[in-house]
Amino acid sequence: MTVVELKGVSKEFHGGTVALQGIDLDVEPREFVSLIGPSGCGKSTLLRIIGDLIAPTAGTATVNGKSAESARRDRDYGIVFQQAVLYDWRTVGKNIELPLELLGWDRKRRKARVAEMLELVELGGFEGHHPWQLSGGMQQRVAIARALSFQPALLLMDEPFGALDEMTRERLNSELLSIWAETESTVVFVTHSIPEAVFLSTRVVVMSARPGRIAEVIDIDLPQPRTGAVREDARFFELVTSVREALIRGGVEI
Amino acid sequence: MKRAGREWAPVVLVFAAGMLLWQFVLAPWLGRFLLPTPVQIGKSLHEHWSVLWHAGWFTLQEALGGFAIGCGLGIVAALALARYRRLSGALMPYFIAANAVPIIAFAPIMNDWFGLLNPHSKMAIAAVLCFFPVMINTMRGLTSVPPAAIELMRSYAASELEIFRRVRFPTALPFLFTGLKVATVLSMIGAIVGEYFGGSIQALGVQIENSVTLFDLPLAWAAIVVASSMGIAFYALIGVAERFTMGWHPSAHGE
Repeated sequence: MTVVELKGVSKEFHGGTVALQGIDLDVEPREFVSLIGPSGCGKSTLLRIIGDLIAPTAGTATVNGKSAESARRDRDYGIVFQQAVLYDWRTVGKNIELPLELLGWDRKRRKARVAEMLELVELGGFEGHHPWQLSGGMQQRVAIARALSFQPALLLMDEPFGALDEMTRERLNSELLSIWAETESTVVFVTHSIPEAVFLSTRVVVMSARPGRIAEVIDIDLPQPRTGAVREDARFFELVTSVREALIRGGVEI
Repeated sequence: MKRAGREWAPVVLVFAAGMLLWQFVLAPWLGRFLLPTPVQIGKSLHEHWSVLWHAGWFTLQEALGGFAIGCGLGIVAALALARYRRLSGALMPYFIAANAVPIIAFAPIMNDWFGLLNPHSKMAIAAVLCFFPVMINTMRGLTSVPPAAIELMRSYAASELEIFRRVRFPTALPFLFTGLKVATVLSMIGAIVGEYFGGSIQALGVQIENSVTLFDLPLAWAAIVVASSMGIAFYALIGVAERFTMGWHPSAHGE
């Protein structure tokens, strides 16, 4: 079953700004789809419409065959923002536990899952730390662990590595790919880094600005599983170039 | 221990130096009639301990009562105003205007309303003083939650109540405590100033007023020492409660 199905989605904000216009997009299970485009192209808005955090002005968003709202109520997705949004009054372990508490899991089961998640994001031993004791990259890994803790089949990510330095970002890119492979989830990923989009994705959706529209969709045929070596592959550079050209055709000045 | 000693040593040193300066320079210079020496004040404190202690306790109870009422109402008002923005828009200008009124000026009126000898009149003054800082701070805390923190909770389909309990309230706590700490001092001020306009002979403010009238300045100063000690103890108590409930906060770890 198609995981995300967008049909004619438009969004007009109060004051008449048209953020999105006529978006049609299907995301199939196990896909890793990146939304890329200039600032103001509505890619974050589109992600929030999929997550039912914003309602579209027109069109429909369907997630796992139901309305985006029902999907949210059923906790069908996990979300990661540009900021880690960790709660300072909770330890790392307790932050990861939060969605599990809301789901009504018992303590023992929660603890077991937290341990598993910390292992997954390579933060074993940090369970009792407080968020401010961690670096930005570590905080973002906690946020990813939290989003994955209740095993949603869909992961929504809004520029999760945008605030990190280049080296940390590349390392977390590789980590994310192995997590994606391990958890067999579907990812919709917002970014404005071209190499990041190409490295991570199975498909890159290039958007144009004002109003935000889908300009082109580019299949990324780099072999799986991908490692850091892919970044030096000739095909990688070709794909980076074609995404860049698509952005330019969509009206971005580079 | 060693570190605590190093931190506290300068404080103790300044205190001792201040006392010596007062005792041997300031008081002799101004004349003991204007400014009694610390030794005189200490003697008077010792002599009238029982009376002063009871007066202090009496006044502290008024302050505590006013604090509880004022802070309670302040928190309730903040919850309502943070929840219903339109209400806040309509009422906030009046709260701000009311806060600009020198509330102490209402002291005689409160005495008139609740009875001069009734502790409730002093509680009312203290409560009015406490209300505003607690309300403003709590409201700022409740409304300063980053939008993404709320979105995250909504993505988990959390109810408004759960969002309040798990995000809004903990975010507001440091702000709330700032308000409460200001209110401890204000509640003591409210109670004592209320007493200056008349009150039970058992009250500290009345004691200060009377001893000044009788030119027993050491006793007046001794009463002031009691009042300050109680104010400091009250402030410290809230400080301890803050540490206890917010051990997680970066500030509690010196970071």
